[in-house]
Amino acid sequence: MSELRITIYTPDSLLANPVSMGREMLRDLAASMQLAWRLTVRDLSAQYRQTFLGFFWAIILPLANTLVWIFLSRSGVVNLSDTALPYPVYVFTGTMLWAILMDALNAPLKIVTASKNMLAKINFPRESLVVAGICQTIVNALIKVALLLVALLAMGIYPDWSVLLFPIGLISLILVGTVIGLALTPVGLLYTDVGKAIPLLMQFLMYLTPVVFAMPKSGISATLFQLNPMTPLILTARDWLTGYTPEFLGYFVLVNVVAIILLFLFWIVFRLAMPILIERMGS
Amino acid sequence: MGETLIKVEGLSKKYCRSLKKSMWYGMRDVGSELLGRRHGADGSLRPDEFWAVKDVNFELKRGECLGLIGQNGAGKTTLLRMLNGLIKPDQGRIEMRGKVGALIALGAGFNPILTGRENIYVNAAVLGMSKQLVDRKIDEIIDFAEIRDFINSPVQTYSSGMSVRLGFAIAAILIEPDILFLDEVLAVGDIGFAIKCLNTVRGMTNKSAVIFVSHNMQQISGFCSRVIMMAHGMVSIDSSNTSEGIDRYYDLVKHAEQISGTGEAEVLSLTLTSHGKIIETEDSAIDTSAELTVLLGLRIHDSITGANLVIVIRNDAEMPIRTFPVCNSEGEDIVYSAGEYLVEIPLGPIELNSGRYAFVVAISDVSSGVILTRVQGLHQFRVVSEYNYWSPGVSPRVSRLISINDNT
Repeated sequence: MSELRITIYTPDSLLANPVSMGREMLRDLAASMQLAWRLTVRDLSAQYRQTFLGFFWAIILPLANTLVWIFLSRSGVVNLSDTALPYPVYVFTGTMLWAILMDALNAPLKIVTASKNMLAKINFPRESLVVAGICQTIVNALIKVALLLVALLAMGIYPDWSVLLFPIGLISLILVGTVIGLALTPVGLLYTDVGKAIPLLMQFLMYLTPVVFAMPKSGISATLFQLNPMTPLILTARDWLTGYTPEFLGYFVLVNVVAIILLFLFWIVFRLAMPILIERMGS
Repeated sequence: MGETLIKVEGLSKKYCRSLKKSMWYGMRDVGSELLGRRHGADGSLRPDEFWAVKDVNFELKRGECLGLIGQNGAGKTTLLRMLNGLIKPDQGRIEMRGKVGALIALGAGFNPILTGRENIYVNAAVLGMSKQLVDRKIDEIIDFAEIRDFINSPVQTYSSGMSVRLGFAIAAILIEPDILFLDEVLAVGDIGFAIKCLNTVRGMTNKSAVIFVSHNMQQISGFCSRVIMMAHGMVSIDSSNTSEGIDRYYDLVKHAEQISGTGEAEVLSLTLTSHGKIIETEDSAIDTSAELTVLLGLRIHDSITGANLVIVIRNDAEMPIRTFPVCNSEGEDIVYSAGEYLVEIPLGPIELNSGRYAFVVAISDVSSGVILTRVQGLHQFRVVSEYNYWSPGVSPRVSRLISINDNT
């Protein structure tokens, strides 16, 4: 008879024994993969089976946003400084990339909240939910990018070899979005204020990022745009996609390195917090 | 066989009554967890907190089936959630050996849009089973759930019975646990399916250490080799004599006395006797074959010209078990006019299963049918039978042999 696995639960903080915690984290992550993929397939097929327009929903919001901004600039309601790219291309790529970031950011809290009932009753690796959220974001992002490429070609923008680097830009957007989303999840599970505040704050942050506006040349807004960690993500991804040379490559690398470190930290926080939060969520 | 699989020592858990405080404590607990501090601090209660589970100790071996009973809020489910690793203990220690499986929350993770077949894979993945295993067992699952005709339809088109059946089939066929938790899951589907579930679970219980939470004492007595009764978060009985534990559980059940109706009639007294001896509520349990007689005092007000009397016995689930219409020797209902009466009603052998019962007395107007008074929860009493049967009424009968053929 094979050796039985021993499970021990005590009130001690899991941090008290970092080695076994690390081992369990890796084991659970490995065990999460198959479940995460199942959950992804489940959510995506359910999501698209219930709609008439199907995959078009992945681009309808950014498309509408683009049209609004093109209208605003053409009609002179807002005065926008010139962009190197034609403005419609600039806005469309910007809003698409921003939508991908927002998808990634919203995913962890959304999927964990939707699974409350399961979390309260079944013991399964909690990481799988976060991984499933990332998988869904990636699938939705690929749909967006495919349509974006078609639109670029239609508008007469022909990407050069640097488009091969674009996946790095895409991964960075999803990485940073996931890190922020994961950081907000523990608090957001208890206090719904977080879920309500995210769209508000992110809308504000969008206007401080070169999504619909060009980079300001001077003044306080120029400083804010340059400090904003989202700026290098959007600009670099857009530049690689449209064949321009990225200006903020150094900051781009720095943001990614910090994001990777934070991803590990927030993963630990998430893991430690879940049993305590599940107790407070009720069943 | 027989090695200890579950060891629980001094296990305690606090809960909070106030939602706002509970959320705030949750945040603080996450904070102290991140600082590496012990959960539950020094074991004192913060404002609005109480012990949901307090100082529970027990060990369970393979092959043992532990029935966990107690009234709602006694801490059974909280204990089970700690054992299942869903929530963290505040005090004490749990040590378990082997694979842990649970028949709880059947069909968790079902998505109503997807078909039954797709949901089998999702649910199995949630339970930690590989796709290959499901591929091998999927036909067995579909047959067990008896839903082959519907397996490719979305689960939202299923009746609630069908989805529960599917949920049970997935879990029961795929998991092979050393430790099994069951929480009120055996009352699944119609009676045919419920029996199939019971037999399946019985097969599992032989190979593992089982903890079974139920309010159904028939199931507890049928399955369990040991009973723990919890009250206010603490273990009040831990006994290998299941009928003793069950009897103590019934001792706790209280029927609330409640009076309704127009008030134009009153029940003045109810005395229960057996062979001339008065039986009080506090007395020990009555034997299932005892003959009972009720002495009922009642008053009908002057405004009423005629009233009927009915006596009913109800069980702890408030289900009426037996009705005694009060009639004369011709079998016609007796009509009482205004006045005060003392009536003797022989009930005969009660023939009831183990449990806690109470009387309901209803007096209604003959002509209009209006209920003048209806008193429920009257004169509670306990019955004990040697074995717990599956129906509330138990009538042992002596059989007569007609023929025997022992060649077969």
